[in-house]
Amino acid sequence: MTQGLIRTLVGVAVAATFVGSAVAQDSKVADELAKYREALADGNPADLLEVKGEGLWAEKRGPKNASLEQCDLGLGPGKLDGAYAQLPRYFKDTGRVMDVESRLVHCMMTLQGFTKEQATKNWFSKPGTESDIEALVTFIGAKSNGMKINVPATHPEEARMAKVGEYIFYRRSGPQDFSCAICHGQDGKRIRLQDLGNLTTQEGAGVAMKTWPSYRVSQGAVWTMQRRLIDCMRQARWPEPYYLADSIVALQTYLQKTATGTVMETPGIKR
Amino acid sequence: MKLKFALFGVLTATVALPALAQTKPVEPPGGRYAKEAEQIFRDSFRADNPKYWMTRIEQDETMRTCGIYRDNPPRKIGQQLEKLNRATIRYPVDGKLIGDWKEGEKLAAVGTGGHIGFIQPDPPGRVRGGNCYACHELAKKELAYGTIGPSLSHYGKLRGNSEEIIKYTYDKVYNSNAFTACTNMPRFGLHNWLTPEQITHIVAFLVDPESPVNKD
Repeated sequence: MTQGLIRTLVGVAVAATFVGSAVAQDSKVADELAKYREALADGNPADLLEVKGEGLWAEKRGPKNASLEQCDLGLGPGKLDGAYAQLPRYFKDTGRVMDVESRLVHCMMTLQGFTKEQATKNWFSKPGTESDIEALVTFIGAKSNGMKINVPATHPEEARMAKVGEYIFYRRSGPQDFSCAICHGQDGKRIRLQDLGNLTTQEGAGVAMKTWPSYRVSQGAVWTMQRRLIDCMRQARWPEPYYLADSIVALQTYLQKTATGTVMETPGIKR
Repeated sequence: MKLKFALFGVLTATVALPALAQTKPVEPPGGRYAKEAEQIFRDSFRADNPKYWMTRIEQDETMRTCGIYRDNPPRKIGQQLEKLNRATIRYPVDGKLIGDWKEGEKLAAVGTGGHIGFIQPDPPGRVRGGNCYACHELAKKELAYGTIGPSLSHYGKLRGNSEEIIKYTYDKVYNSNAFTACTNMPRFGLHNWLTPEQITHIVAFLVDPESPVNKD
């Protein structure tokens, strides 16, 4: 017990030294940390988006002037509690494995009558342009807060997508020879000062998956898992998959399957 | 039930025996869906991607093989890949493999450049660096270093700056897979990410006794 405490104290001291020096060296880091604290003091900015999402969910919109309240995210029409935590999953009506965003867009099209283009036009926010999808996904995600991620991928189509995701996870290409596994296949590594999770383990994948959607301080916006993974591809210097691409749904299936059993803590707040 | 168990035992033994001699065989990622998975990955990009961008999802033999073995190929296959990669190394025209450590120090810190796509590409002409600090400890004064690669602190102090060490260092940065197949480290020279001249600067940053890597 005492030893554990000492270890923790030493750990904190070491961490403080690191942060301290990094701040002294790089004022940008200092600015970011300041933004972090500010955000944390006021609560997670994603909370506002969650409230907005709740409103959008119930609001009659689109050519069919309908709400999303009958949307089936896998647990039955309108059943939201725990829905995010069990996605992606296979849907009989479309014959596809869908993640929360694909399913949400499907509902916006079938229930509200939006075209795919209308529904996905602002799939992520930009300065001055808000994203309904971000708000809705934040709201839906929060309805799984405290629940266990549960994607056993037992349906053959889900099992297939999990395997496709695994393939992509290890696939190397591009001018830096990257794959997801290069940075996320080992325990206890860092890139610069940023800790990297080992996404091939339940613990690592759990830490990564449980906090999304997440408010990203460096971006000043909430990011959905689609946005997160598409940006991973950018960081790997690959071209960018299109929104809702099967490769991204497959990666999510692989990661959620690995993370299954981890308790959701969303919306998160990150660097 | 008993028969099943016995069968399982025989099967396990058959698989395990050659495994003892070699690295433990691991299922290639994607298993029986690997071929489909490759197609799904390729079909996930917009049709209006410039051709040059799309070349970045092409794989050479090394990339493909490393993927199949989850970056841990059997030694024999690893050696073949290393040979293949050794043959790609090119040197600066003047033959000088050690450049200016101050230039190398700058390149080691630069992590930008080379990002493409429609959402957040780098502006044209953005400087590309080696981004060495992302993965390695180098000069003591830089505390924001990553740990994916080994610490290179005191690299030259520990190894000296003989011709062999200089050549090894150049070769390693140019094509890391010439020495360790499927290492995490990019092949900076092979991909023209860094020019041969830039690599000589990084070599200097590592081995020059005056470089901060070898001070303190």
